[in-house]
Amino acid sequence: MTERIPGFSTLAIHAGAQPDPTTGARATPIYQTTSFVFESVDHAASLFGLQTFGNIYTRIGNPTNAVLEERIAALEGGTAGLVVATGHAAQVIVFHCLMQPGDELVASKKLYGGSINQFNHAFKNFNWNVVWADPEDISSFERAISPKTKAIFTESIANPGGVITDMEAVAQIARRAGVPYIVDNTLATPYLCKPIDHGADIVVHSLTKFLGGHGNSMGGAIVDAGTFNWSREKRYPMLSEPRPEYHGVVMHETFGNFGFAMACRMLALRDIGAALSPFNAFLILTGIETLPLRMQKHCDNALAVAQWIAQHPKIAWVSYPGLPGDRYHSLAKKYCPNGAGAVFTFGLKGGYEAGVKLVSNVQLFSHLANIGDTRSLIIHPASTTHRQLTDAQKIQAGAGPDVVRLSIGIEDKDDIIADLEQALAD
Amino acid sequence: MDHNSYSDSYIRGILNTVKTIAMVGASEKENRPSYFAFKYLLERGYKMIPVNPGQAGHTMLGQRIYARLADIAEPVDMVDIFRASKYALPIVQEALTLKPRPQVIWMQLGVRSNEAAALAEANGLKVVMNRCPKIEYGRLSSEIAWLGVNTRTLSSKRAPIGGVQRMSLNRTSAPGGVTAAADRVQREERDR
Repeated sequence: MTERIPGFSTLAIHAGAQPDPTTGARATPIYQTTSFVFESVDHAASLFGLQTFGNIYTRIGNPTNAVLEERIAALEGGTAGLVVATGHAAQVIVFHCLMQPGDELVASKKLYGGSINQFNHAFKNFNWNVVWADPEDISSFERAISPKTKAIFTESIANPGGVITDMEAVAQIARRAGVPYIVDNTLATPYLCKPIDHGADIVVHSLTKFLGGHGNSMGGAIVDAGTFNWSREKRYPMLSEPRPEYHGVVMHETFGNFGFAMACRMLALRDIGAALSPFNAFLILTGIETLPLRMQKHCDNALAVAQWIAQHPKIAWVSYPGLPGDRYHSLAKKYCPNGAGAVFTFGLKGGYEAGVKLVSNVQLFSHLANIGDTRSLIIHPASTTHRQLTDAQKIQAGAGPDVVRLSIGIEDKDDIIADLEQALAD
Repeated sequence: MDHNSYSDSYIRGILNTVKTIAMVGASEKENRPSYFAFKYLLERGYKMIPVNPGQAGHTMLGQRIYARLADIAEPVDMVDIFRASKYALPIVQEALTLKPRPQVIWMQLGVRSNEAAALAEANGLKVVMNRCPKIEYGRLSSEIAWLGVNTRTLSSKRAPIGGVQRMSLNRTSAPGGVTAAADRVQREERDR
């Protein structure tokens, strides 16, 4: 008899969360504690030596956070997860486990601006060097590979929207180069797309966005697909060499196909310290329970708004892969058949001044720098997040003077459209 | 018997039935994976007997290390093979000479031998290959979830507690999230 495999909505509610073993509490309790008592000196030694499973200190692990970790791992189809303070922290932790000074990562140049900053500036200080590739020319990833390359990094749906990465093609290049393929799946969420099914070895998330979904909690996550053989070429000493922190334990040998998640927790998070608050984990867990409902509504609304905007006389162009005719439409249908996400950009014929006027006139949309909220959000990058750049740099970054970014919420779509209509009418 | 995927009830049944486990290839070196698994199972209440000719006569976590299975004076319920796959067949052959015979042959994560499995099954023994009993115990009790591991189980029943930071195997669970990509890679590496 084959065992029944639960569907996505069931996992979104149940994975990782069983009734509390002590109290029977059905919702996941918030274990708001820094530390956990040891049963004995022996028990403490087993925990510190990684010989038993359990909790020591919330910087390393916490039972509320653990429910969120298993939930995300189950939704992505990975062997294990780790949650941390933010999406940025997740990236630092992943690369801390992969990179030595002087090493390189190959990254898509169509990324969230915050990630571009992190790779260009913070990572440079660690002497981790980013080599940019172009998702519109997949062979540019191949050309960017060098003997120093330790990973390839892309987003599934790239922020600020509009670009769908051909992940299977990039995964093949990573496979040939013998390096892990890392995908930031923040904009798609596993409801729309599971990068592990398309060849990703590691998935990262900003939980702050659609997974948490309510604009109330920062958080980040790492999912180990359990697919990369860290021991084959021994190019990743954090995984394949005896670790002095743990009496010579070899993480991949000891923990097998969740060794990367263990290295992220026990070698990186332990020492870097970007732990997630259990309270945030609770709020994000509650958000994930309705992810399938919310994400479908986000996408349905976004498509309706994009269609409406596309025919508006003051609009020059719309970049939304959900629209037939968009250059990424066929990739969107392949990788995100249920919807092309809810974040996209469009251009105003009136340029910079029209952008400023639009964000000033909206009444329902919130003018702020986040995405993935229940509320509809708007930003004019040229006058806010990207204002310090030159005009040429703004255009290169997809933040030209005419560009407006929307993150469509789950209000009634007619109200969202009506707000844009009145804001554009002026 | 499909040795590519075992039902949770099959694994749980074995771990709930056996009491004495002889671990062939157990190492007294405390950074070795076999030491980790040995210590964990010992702490979970199994009578653990280490077998390692190179360390015979030593004591490991209070348990005397034997050179070979035949030297063990008491009945063994399960033989856990912590050696390279090529040694699995001779170890099964040796296990079949024990009186009484063990009920289970368990080959560790990364250890597979279809020949050894067929021989054991032909003699009425249960077989598990390419799994770690520590990880399976942690998964089915849900203890391993404290490390963010996908237990691939769901449950709406309150799980019994085995002690402070201890969970019990006697937990009601249904299948949960799958790890298809990792499973596929494991099969490909085996077939290579």
